[in-house]
Amino acid sequence: MNTVNSGDTAWVLASAALVMLMTPGLAFFYGGMVRRKNVLGVLMQCFTVLCVVSLQWVLFGYSLAFGSGSPFIGGLQWAGLHGVGFEPNADYAATIPHQAFMIFQAMFAVITPALVIGSFAERMKFSAFLLFTVLWATLVYDPVCHMVWAVDGLAHKWGTLDFAGGTVVHINAGIAGLATALVLGRRVGYENKSMPIHNLPFTVLGAALLWFGWFGFNAGSALAANGLATSAFVVTNTATAAAGLSWAFMEWKFNGKPTMLGMASGAVAGLVAITPASGYVDVTGAIVIGLLVSVFCFIAVSIIKPKFGYDDSLDAFGVHCIGGMWGALATGLFATKAVNSGGGDGLFYGNPAQFLIQVKAVILTTVYSFVMTFIIIKIIDATMGARVSPEEEVMGLDLTQHHERAYTVLE
Amino acid sequence: MKLIIAIIQPHRLEEVKKALYDADVNLITVNEVLGHGRQRGVDEFYRGSKETGNLLRKIRLEIAVNEEFVDRTVKAIIKGARTGKIGDGKIFILDLPRCIRIRTGDEGQPAIG
Repeated sequence: MNTVNSGDTAWVLASAALVMLMTPGLAFFYGGMVRRKNVLGVLMQCFTVLCVVSLQWVLFGYSLAFGSGSPFIGGLQWAGLHGVGFEPNADYAATIPHQAFMIFQAMFAVITPALVIGSFAERMKFSAFLLFTVLWATLVYDPVCHMVWAVDGLAHKWGTLDFAGGTVVHINAGIAGLATALVLGRRVGYENKSMPIHNLPFTVLGAALLWFGWFGFNAGSALAANGLATSAFVVTNTATAAAGLSWAFMEWKFNGKPTMLGMASGAVAGLVAITPASGYVDVTGAIVIGLLVSVFCFIAVSIIKPKFGYDDSLDAFGVHCIGGMWGALATGLFATKAVNSGGGDGLFYGNPAQFLIQVKAVILTTVYSFVMTFIIIKIIDATMGARVSPEEEVMGLDLTQHHERAYTVLE
Repeated sequence: MKLIIAIIQPHRLEEVKKALYDADVNLITVNEVLGHGRQRGVDEFYRGSKETGNLLRKIRLEIAVNEEFVDRTVKAIIKGARTGKIGDGKIFILDLPRCIRIRTGDEGQPAIG
């Protein structure tokens, strides 16, 4: 008989609230980076995801993701939270109410589609965005979550290590972002360089809120208030710090000066990369993961993106997919049972098989998410049109999609 | 000497600047302004209450030039700013009686360039 532990429950509920704050934090991180005429459009999209997916999750999303079913997707036995009560579910978290696990996971389901916004920002029609969010949460997030985290999921059975969502959240959202950017095409006036950023302090505020909320994301994923949660907390902070500095130094060397946007981007890249590894690596692994993720993401956004010419507006692909891939693979290198006896050893601890499992999980997530997202956005584009008209795009999403504007000039 | 004032769409500014540089016109002053012409702005809604005829953001350029630069400046502005749609803006050309460079006290034609 499983009994509820009050300390564990308190920590997981607090962590759920921390992860909830990441979505508005992301809204400011992204909102600062767009042009002034589109800031409400981005904030609105992030807030909309929070509202829509919160409902989708309790109605049927949680059941599709974690209910037992096939290796690819769960069943509907938990739809409407039927049978998801206050008794613990030992498959997932034996010491907290099943509903506490459900609402913690709800916040992951919310932020993942919100991350995708970074790739199609400043040009998606609101109605198309709304439909995209529902379809993507149901047909992409829920199956990928099931495959990696559900007890009967395909990649879970392979032995994939993904502590807090390197594959499920970051690769998934990042590669989906690339698919949407390719289908929608570039923004009007985009010429392989970033558009002017309208409020950098918002972006830094957003990055700081993400860093803060991420302690719930990673340390909360221990699903208990224990040593593992503490270790996840410590490596999360360490990798993020290393990555923020690393990006700034990359800029200093290659662009002449370190920038605030660069350091904030590096910190977010560090958070992304440590996510899958946070329950399995020690601080040495965390520092290497953090230092290198900024190198890979810097190359992705400042060399690869201009070379190929896709308009990944705010670098959801360049930071989340690339950072997530590095984190997932690095987990297969640096994982050690000394940190988590329930985890595994990686390549550097004498178990190369784990690295190959991680490679398989990365490929599975990347291919499934890219193909499904491509199909969804193509269908939306063919039926209702995914993009605003060029005239609306020039005037901005705030005025044309929402009939309001963020800043006044007079008064 | 003439003072050329142009009201253009904000998103055309980069193109206009580029066209001006290509025409060897390098001295400009830029303001953000609000206004509307025949299209009468866009309705906005705040908690259900409608505000009609709101002003749209525009960019106002001021360029002081000698006579022989007037035509090429106007051509460059049109080249950069024209989209063919309502709202492309206007160009006003005014006589400029005096111009003084603060640093040297130069006056007239040499002070502009």
